[in-house]
Amino acid sequence: MKWEVVIGLEVHVQLNTVSKIFSGASTAFGAEPNTQASLVELALPGVLPVLNKAVVDKAIRLGLALDATINQKNVFARKNYFYPDLPKGYQISQMELPIVEHGKLNILVGDEEKTVRVTRAHMEEDAGKSLHEDFHGMTGIDLNRAGTPLLEVVSEPDMRSAEEAVAYAKALHTLVTWLGICDGNMQEGSFRVDANVSVRPFGQAEFGTRREVKNLNSFRFLEQAIKYEAQWQIETIEDGGKVQQATVLFDPDSGETRMMRSKEDAHDYRYFPDPDLLPVRISDEQIVRVRSEMPELPAQMKTRFVDAFGVTPYDAAVLTGSRALAGYFEAVATASGQGKLAANWLIGDVAARLNREGKDVAELPIDAERLSGLLVRIADGTLSNKLAKQVFDAMWDSGLSADVIIERDGLKQVSDVGAIEKMVDEVLAANPKAVEEFRAGKEKALNALAGQVMKASKGKANPAQVQEILKQKLA
Amino acid sequence: MIHATLKQLSQQLADKQVSAVELATEYLQRIDALNPQLNAFITVDRDKTLLEAAAADARRAAGQAGLLTGAPIAHKDIFCQQGWKTSCGSKMLDNFISPYNAHVIEQCQAAGLVTLGRANMDEFAMGSSNENSFYGAVKNPWDLNAIPGGSSGGSAAAVAARLAPVATATDTGGSIRQPASHCGVTGIKPTYGVVSRFGMVAYASSLDQGGVMAQTAEDCALMLNVIAGFDERDSTSLERAKEDYSRDLAQPLAGLRVGLPREYFAEGLAADVGRIIDNAVSELKKLGAEVVEVSLPNTQLSIPAYYVIAPAEASANLSRFDGVRYGHRASEYKDLVDMYEKSRAEGFGSEVKRRIMVGTYVLSHGYYDAYYIKAQKIRRLIADDFKAAFAGCDVILGPVAPTAAFNLGEKSGDPVQMYLSDIYTLSVNLAGLPAMSVPAGFSDNGRPVGLQIIGNYFAEAKMLNVAHQFQQVTDWHSKAPAL
Repeated sequence: MKWEVVIGLEVHVQLNTVSKIFSGASTAFGAEPNTQASLVELALPGVLPVLNKAVVDKAIRLGLALDATINQKNVFARKNYFYPDLPKGYQISQMELPIVEHGKLNILVGDEEKTVRVTRAHMEEDAGKSLHEDFHGMTGIDLNRAGTPLLEVVSEPDMRSAEEAVAYAKALHTLVTWLGICDGNMQEGSFRVDANVSVRPFGQAEFGTRREVKNLNSFRFLEQAIKYEAQWQIETIEDGGKVQQATVLFDPDSGETRMMRSKEDAHDYRYFPDPDLLPVRISDEQIVRVRSEMPELPAQMKTRFVDAFGVTPYDAAVLTGSRALAGYFEAVATASGQGKLAANWLIGDVAARLNREGKDVAELPIDAERLSGLLVRIADGTLSNKLAKQVFDAMWDSGLSADVIIERDGLKQVSDVGAIEKMVDEVLAANPKAVEEFRAGKEKALNALAGQVMKASKGKANPAQVQEILKQKLA
Repeated sequence: MIHATLKQLSQQLADKQVSAVELATEYLQRIDALNPQLNAFITVDRDKTLLEAAAADARRAAGQAGLLTGAPIAHKDIFCQQGWKTSCGSKMLDNFISPYNAHVIEQCQAAGLVTLGRANMDEFAMGSSNENSFYGAVKNPWDLNAIPGGSSGGSAAAVAARLAPVATATDTGGSIRQPASHCGVTGIKPTYGVVSRFGMVAYASSLDQGGVMAQTAEDCALMLNVIAGFDERDSTSLERAKEDYSRDLAQPLAGLRVGLPREYFAEGLAADVGRIIDNAVSELKKLGAEVVEVSLPNTQLSIPAYYVIAPAEASANLSRFDGVRYGHRASEYKDLVDMYEKSRAEGFGSEVKRRIMVGTYVLSHGYYDAYYIKAQKIRRLIADDFKAAFAGCDVILGPVAPTAAFNLGEKSGDPVQMYLSDIYTLSVNLAGLPAMSVPAGFSDNGRPVGLQIIGNYFAEAKMLNVAHQFQQVTDWHSKAPAL
């Protein structure tokens, strides 16, 4: 039987506010345990939550970027359960009236564009951490993370493969970092994904029973976990078994998922509106203000890059992979007037070198103006592609401009016909055998001769001219 | 001096007839003598009190005293106070020394009021008789066999027995007004949101409101000037201009429209209490008030609505008491769940457990709509009743409780009977309105009975005006028990 995999994702996006969602405590990562837990995070008797307004602005940002409805009245609710790293015994979250609903996000899988519907995004506080190592049979509690603001972004079950799920997660990751609402650091848990996975026979309308894979903190794990889980479900059904609704964990070492709790163990969270917090009211003016503060979105920029700079839709998608890259590209393309060349360089040589050095676009040692200076020299024929690569490496290491390096190292391409003819004559005189072979119909001999000319010019001769003059002389 | 009002004490302090240290010493002596039989205080700390008093004297000497600097006060053990045990009447917090001050405490300290001690209360403010305290029942100073009322029974008994001139208190369903009535003192519960709940241990967040008790309405006004006001640390605190709650005390009552809700004078009201309220209304008429009948048709529903909403909120509010970070933790347990269960089973008393269970039940999947949502709808109806009633009157008058204080142990075995005695106070909390209890006479068996004054939203100054004028022509408030 042919099976269809159905996936919906719940993503916890940690918002990059300076202070916590309901207190003035710092959200900085990596401090000594419990040094960033205020009276509120410790849940002392009598303390009260006060909403950090920056959280609301950031949630509105995402809502607008997802083309969603912003609920101008939304409500915090208490989600009740006991756990040592949840000091109040309830998490302040949103249930019936979340801040964002009915959004959508376009993803590109291969060449195909697809729209994934976003059901909702709601504001909530993160829990602390339970530390099970180092305490000799006891558990340590670190409340530094408690109260860190999160947006939980829930998609519809619109994805049909692990690849689509990864594309959606990546697009959302790009979007939240692009919008400047999340640092995107997956190792530190700033972007955590839960995947709801089910399978059904192709053509069946009803969904199968889903299992939720919790807390995937890399795109690779997300892909592995979905593939394993879908295969496990298919095999279970084909073996005559039934999938039971459950929450499972992915073990990156074994590559397998295993059951954490079944539906029977599911909590009754007893949600009810938090009486300590008034409903959040959002004015039209606030939405207008947030919209005016937003950067151009990746989707709009992509279209503009294709129209304005003539790059391919695929290249435009790659170039809008991050706001830093897109901004850099636009600056180089505009300054040099060479959109396609700029795209080729950024996706090719620049990306390769960044990759090799494990650096990010933001850490590029060559600014947009200098890279554009290099591209101008390629376009006007001063540099061959080969020489350009040499200049690029020298620019990277020295920080000097292309023109300074060309002058200093004498790397200017030789396009003077007389000079090239002189070199060609010398090479032809010195290689009679190759000349004979060419005349006998061996086309390859021409390349060998051209190589000799380039060598004689120390790589500086204009290769196109060399070819042309060689052909003339041998005709 | 012990019988002086706050107003009189502040005058004596200003005139240097007495120092803060002398005053504190005198009250501490009286507490030492009488608290063993009354049990009005959970914690008394002579050294701390005298240190505060000395600081107040120094402030006065430096010319930086405010109106109340150096005057003594008792704080209900529900307000977190730095360096003091803040037990909330519970074994759960018997070992909890607060590292911070509640807004109300901060305001009192800024005014220079001197802490005499921490007043006893029903555990986590749950109770109408003060029999639910881990530290034992408080006795009514008028009759040691009677309950003082609850949950602010310690505050009421302390003021009645002149162990303190004023005391802070809180009111979730009548916890200021009912003990004030039973002990013969004046108490005010402001409009919800007027006094910050920051640092006040939460029972039912949407109903809890801090207030005060004193001998007179005038003293209540002075204290409200201290503790009321916006606090950004409480999201339900109302951002309003500071007001002087004494401003209208002297206004004549001619033309005042007094509403008497017919439902408050129906079946269930004891005859002697009814008579006392009638007499009080007659006094006000003599002062020029007009009486109109009003109706609060959903009064009966306030009991079930309250006993759904308050336990629901309490069930979540009390989850933080889990033995993990502070408070009582069982000495032996086999795993995490066992630790939770044992710590909470040992740390909470039976009324608290009952309300946590009721609250957990009404919020459970499948019951939420039938109980919690329905109760919220009733809450809106009750607020609408008051809105309609206030269209025809300025204040509403009635009894605080159906009877005078009952005997210790009389209802403690029957929680439902206990809940029914809250019939005249719960609606006010559900609507978020301000209300007072003012001494108005004595029952057939010699126990105090209070008159309830209910105001419209933010009508504290108007209520205090009515109470003050009443106290100009009556002397129930200045009567003290023989001890």
